[in-house]
Amino acid sequence: MTSPTLTNTVLYLDGVSVTFDGFRAINNLSLAIAPGEMRAIIGPNGAGKTTMMDIITGKTRPDEGEVFFGGMIDLTMLDEAEIATLGIGRKFQKPTVFESHTVADNIRLALAGARSPFSALFGARNRIAGERIDAILSTVRLTEHRGRLAADLSHGQKQWLEIGMLLAQDPKLLLVDEPVAGMTDAETAETAHLLKEIAREHSVVVVEHDMAFVRDLGCKVTVLHEGSVLAEGSIDAVSANERVIEVYLGR
Amino acid sequence: MTRRPILLAMLDGKGAIFLGVLAALAVLVPLSNLFLPETSPLHVPTYAVSLLGKYLSYALLALALDLVWGYCGILSLGHGAFFALGGYAMGMYLMRQIGPRGVYGHPVLPDFMVFLNWQELPWYWSGFDIFPFAALMVLAVPGLLAFVFGWLAFRSRVTGVYLSIITQAMTFALMLAFFRNDMGLGGNNGLTDFKDILGFSVQAQGTRLALFVATVIALALGYGVARYMVTSTYGKVLVAIRDAESRTRFLGYRVEHYKLVAFTVSAMMAGVAGALYVPQVGIINPSEFSPANSIEAVVWVAVGGRGTLVGAALGAVVVNMAKSWLTGALPELWLFALGALFIVVTLYLPKGIVGTLAEWREKRQATATAKPAGIAAEAAE
Repeated sequence: MTSPTLTNTVLYLDGVSVTFDGFRAINNLSLAIAPGEMRAIIGPNGAGKTTMMDIITGKTRPDEGEVFFGGMIDLTMLDEAEIATLGIGRKFQKPTVFESHTVADNIRLALAGARSPFSALFGARNRIAGERIDAILSTVRLTEHRGRLAADLSHGQKQWLEIGMLLAQDPKLLLVDEPVAGMTDAETAETAHLLKEIAREHSVVVVEHDMAFVRDLGCKVTVLHEGSVLAEGSIDAVSANERVIEVYLGR
Repeated sequence: MTRRPILLAMLDGKGAIFLGVLAALAVLVPLSNLFLPETSPLHVPTYAVSLLGKYLSYALLALALDLVWGYCGILSLGHGAFFALGGYAMGMYLMRQIGPRGVYGHPVLPDFMVFLNWQELPWYWSGFDIFPFAALMVLAVPGLLAFVFGWLAFRSRVTGVYLSIITQAMTFALMLAFFRNDMGLGGNNGLTDFKDILGFSVQAQGTRLALFVATVIALALGYGVARYMVTSTYGKVLVAIRDAESRTRFLGYRVEHYKLVAFTVSAMMAGVAGALYVPQVGIINPSEFSPANSIEAVVWVAVGGRGTLVGAALGAVVVNMAKSWLTGALPELWLFALGALFIVVTLYLPKGIVGTLAEWREKRQATATAKPAGIAAEAAE
């Protein structure tokens, strides 16, 4: 593969740094994700994985560096809602769904469409196609739960519902933060399968601790350490990398 | 999916009962007051009509508070300020209607201004002699304050306890401002000695009945507006914000705009409530801004059941009836009773009266559907 340039990437970070109270959470980080690519980001605690997601989604502003979406949109100038509308979806580490709404309503609120309070107040109520909801629910394996309150779902089901909400947004890029934390082995395997399915039509960035799960994904891996990239390559290549071994096992 | 007419979709069982009760009140209370002999146990004396009207204006305030607290999680401890501002706008109209009939007989200036040796009406009093203008201000002043306050607070992402504290500070600051004589709004004593409203004497029986009916209608309309909002997609987003604000933001919703709409509409409803309250109690003074009033309103909503609308209105009426009775019977106990009520409700009835009733009914339905299945299973054994 040729080296990534600005124009053929869906996400491009160059020389990004951010400091919190003197602590450099992200230090000269550069990363490029190609359209349609699935990428796993791994790294020990405090490596800056979640902060990186915060920067991409507009929650945190970098002190320096460039963040571009689709080769031309400068994300550092936009806020969360604008970035979400551009087509970047984010799944939180802890499953975050609307507990007092039904599973179907959770998806309904996430479906791409007008987002202003006035369209929500006066817009037609039943226009949104139920078929889209059905399709997404079957992708995330929640069809028989569509009428239940999200609060009543199991932990794993909430994780899937949140992934379903991301799909409903129809984003170009999905950022998925530790999707299998707290899942059973069967659920973990199912989730790997689900993400691979999603990656056929979307670019996906997965942040994860679980090495077995990352191996299941079978994609290119980036190792973060102390806020910058330590190694990049296939899972076998990075797990053989001496510096990676040192960071993970050495101390 | 079949489409139900919006109005039908909005009305659930609770709402239908609520509107039915309001309609019955609007018809039966005036009839009883006018046509039943005073000796009849069903006769509603005129003072009680106004007292009931006062409770219902509180119910509208509670409804307004429930819209922001129950559905959007904005715990406003300053809603009394919007209520009082609406009340002052109405009070200013009523003062201008006194005309030369004041104690000092000045053709234009209200008594307190003559007393303070003021020579002319301050600019912000102009227009308040015209009812439509005053009515507009009843909505516009609280609405504008809520809009500016909310715009600053929600844009800076002030939430939770911090937001509650600054709403409390807002009403406290307004109270201090309105206590000052040079504010030109009657200082300590506020506005009182009202004579006419729209040409009718505020003391007359007919006027009191009309004000009562107007309050019932305002409460019904307020319910309709709030119910429309919470059953629309907008309302679903409000609840989503309450449950998971950052999730809503990352789905692309501008959370601050949603909160701002709810907060402003709610403040305008509170303003209308205050405007209906003032002619029925005959006075508006700065103590209406006191933080304790706003907190009391929160207790009404908690008692009735937050996030139910109907419960908020019911809570306001029930708690205020208890207050009227207790402050008559054992005046020194009221504040303790209010505090105890809040603790008991928080600990044992977190969903309030209406929320708990709804839960019971759901449980009973669940056991009713489970029972036949159980019998069938026994028969099979």
